Amino acid sequence: MRRHVLPGFGISLGYALTYLGLIVLLPLAALAWKASGIGVAGLLHLLSSPRTLAALRLSFGGALLAAAVNAVIGLLVAWVLVRYRFPGRRLFDALVDLPFALPTAVAGIALTTLYAPNGWLGGWLATWSIKVAYAPLGVLLAMVFVGFPFVVRTLQPVLESLDRDVEDAAESLGARRWQTFVRVILPMLAPTLLTGFALALARAVGEYGSVIFIAGNIPMRSEIAPLLIVQKLEQFDYAGAAALGVVMLLFSFVLLVVVALLQRWSVRWTESGR
Amino acid sequence: MSALVSARPVAWSRRLVRGALVLLAVGFLALFLLLPLATVFVEAFRQGAAIYLTSIRQHESLAAIRLTLLVAAIAVPLNLVFGVMAAWAITRFDFRGKALLGAFIDLPFSVSPVISGLVYVLLFGAQGWFGPWLDAHGVRIIFAVPGLVLATIFITLPFVARELIPLMQSQGSEEEEAARVLGASGWQMFFRVTLPNIRWALLYGVLLCNARAMGEFGAVSVVSGHIRGLTTTMPLEVEMRYNEYDFAGAFAVASLLALLALMTMALKTLLEWRYGNEIAAHAPGGH
Repeated sequence: MRRHVLPGFGISLGYALTYLGLIVLLPLAALAWKASGIGVAGLLHLLSSPRTLAALRLSFGGALLAAAVNAVIGLLVAWVLVRYRFPGRRLFDALVDLPFALPTAVAGIALTTLYAPNGWLGGWLATWSIKVAYAPLGVLLAMVFVGFPFVVRTLQPVLESLDRDVEDAAESLGARRWQTFVRVILPMLAPTLLTGFALALARAVGEYGSVIFIAGNIPMRSEIAPLLIVQKLEQFDYAGAAALGVVMLLFSFVLLVVVALLQRWSVRWTESGR
Repeated sequence: MSALVSARPVAWSRRLVRGALVLLAVGFLALFLLLPLATVFVEAFRQGAAIYLTSIRQHESLAAIRLTLLVAAIAVPLNLVFGVMAAWAITRFDFRGKALLGAFIDLPFSVSPVISGLVYVLLFGAQGWFGPWLDAHGVRIIFAVPGLVLATIFITLPFVARELIPLMQSQGSEEEEAARVLGASGWQMFFRVTLPNIRWALLYGVLLCNARAMGEFGAVSVVSGHIRGLTTTMPLEVEMRYNEYDFAGAFAVASLLALLALMTMALKTLLEWRYGNEIAAHAPGGH
C-alpha cells in the first residue's frame, strides 16, 4: 500500500544502482580481472618476495597496533569528554575531528617536521635515542593519527546513554571504582569499542598520504603496502599492482570479519552476564 | 561514624584520579593534534609573510587552488544527488538486496585510497580496459582532470548517503504520505516535506564530503601524473613542493588546506550544537 503512495521508487533505485555500478563496481571488477592476469605462479612469486611480505606485515601489523593504541587512548579521551566538565572541553571535543578534516598530505608533512631528528619533538626524543620519523615508529604514529577520531566518536554517544544506575549499584555493593570500571563498564562498552577498533583499523591499513612522508620508505623496514602498489604502477606492472591490491582487500576483509565475530561474541557474553 | 571518616579520603582520591585523567587526555590532544596543526602555520610563516604570500600567488599554487575547487565542484554535487536518491530508495521502499546495497555504498571507506585510484588506471589507463579505445578517440582520462574527478567521486561517495539513511529511517514516511494523500505532486512533496526535514543532515554530509574531496591525496596522486599546473590539486602541490625542499611553499599551500579543515570543524561543531537532533537521532559528538 505504502509503495503506491510514495513516488520515485524506480528512478531512485535505478539511479543509485547505475551510479554505484559505474563508479564502484565496474572499476573493482577491472581490478579483479587485471589481478587474475598474473596467475597462480605470479601470485606465489609476488607473495614470496621478502619486500612484499615486509610491506604487508608493516601495513597490517602497524594498523592492528595503531587501532589497539587508539582503542585505549580513545576510551580515555571519550570518557573524559563525556564524564567530566573542565574549561575548554567543547574546544577539545571539536579538536578530535582534526584527523578527519585535515588533508592527509598536510598531516604527513606536519608530523614529519615535528618528529624529524631536527624537529621540535624529534630532537627531544633523539636524546633518548628514540627514532620516530623515517622509521617504523613513524608509520605507527601516522596510523594512530588518522584512526584516532573513530574510537572516540563511536564511543561518545554510547557513553552518554550508559545507565549510571548500574555503576551506582556496583558501588553500593562494595565494588571499588576500578572494579566497577573493569567488570561493569568495560564489558558494556566492549562491542562499541570493537566497532571503533574496526573502523580505525580499516582506515590505517590503507592509509597512504600521512604515512609516506614520515615513513622514509626504506625497503624492508618502513615501506607500506600501498606504496608498493604505487611503485608497481610507476613501473607499468599493472597486473602486479592489481594483485597486491586484491591481496590487501582480501586481508582487510578477513580482519574485519574476525572483528565482527569478536563483536558478536562480546555482545552475547555481555548479555548472558547480565 | 567510620563511614564519615573514610568518606573524605575517598572523595579526595577520586578528585585526584579525575584530575589526572583530564590532564592526561587534554595533554594527549594538545600534543598529538594541536601541535601538528600549529606546526603547519608556524612553518608556513617561518620565512615571513612576504614569502608566504609569494608562494601562494605563484602560478602553480593558483592553478592548484582552481583545480581543487573545480574537482570538488563536480564531485560533491554528483555525490549529493546520489546520496539523496540512494537514501530515498533505501528508507522509503522495501526491496530485495537492500542490505547489500547499503554495504556497497560503504565500500569506498574500506578501500585504500591508492586502490581507489588504481582501479581507474586499470579501466582507463594505457593498458586498461578502455585505454586503447580512448587513445584512438583522443580522450584522456588518466593523467588528466576527468581521472581526478572520478577518483574523488569514488572516495567521497558514501558521505551524503551515510548521513541521510539513518536520519530518514528514523523520521519515517508519515509526513510524506500525508502530503501525497492531500494531493501534493512528487516534486512538491520532495521540496516542501522531505527537503526541509533533511536539510541540516544534508548540509552536514556535504560538508564532510567537500572536506574530503578537497583534501584527498592518495587516490588523486595515482591518477594525476603530477603534471605541474595541469593535474596537481592542492594536496599534490604540497607534496611536490615538499619533495623539492620548498618547505615554506609546501606549508603555505598546506596552511590553506588547514584553514579549510578548521572551517569544516567549526561548521560541523556548530551544526551539531545547533541542529544536533535534526541531523541524526544519535549524532556522533553531538550534545
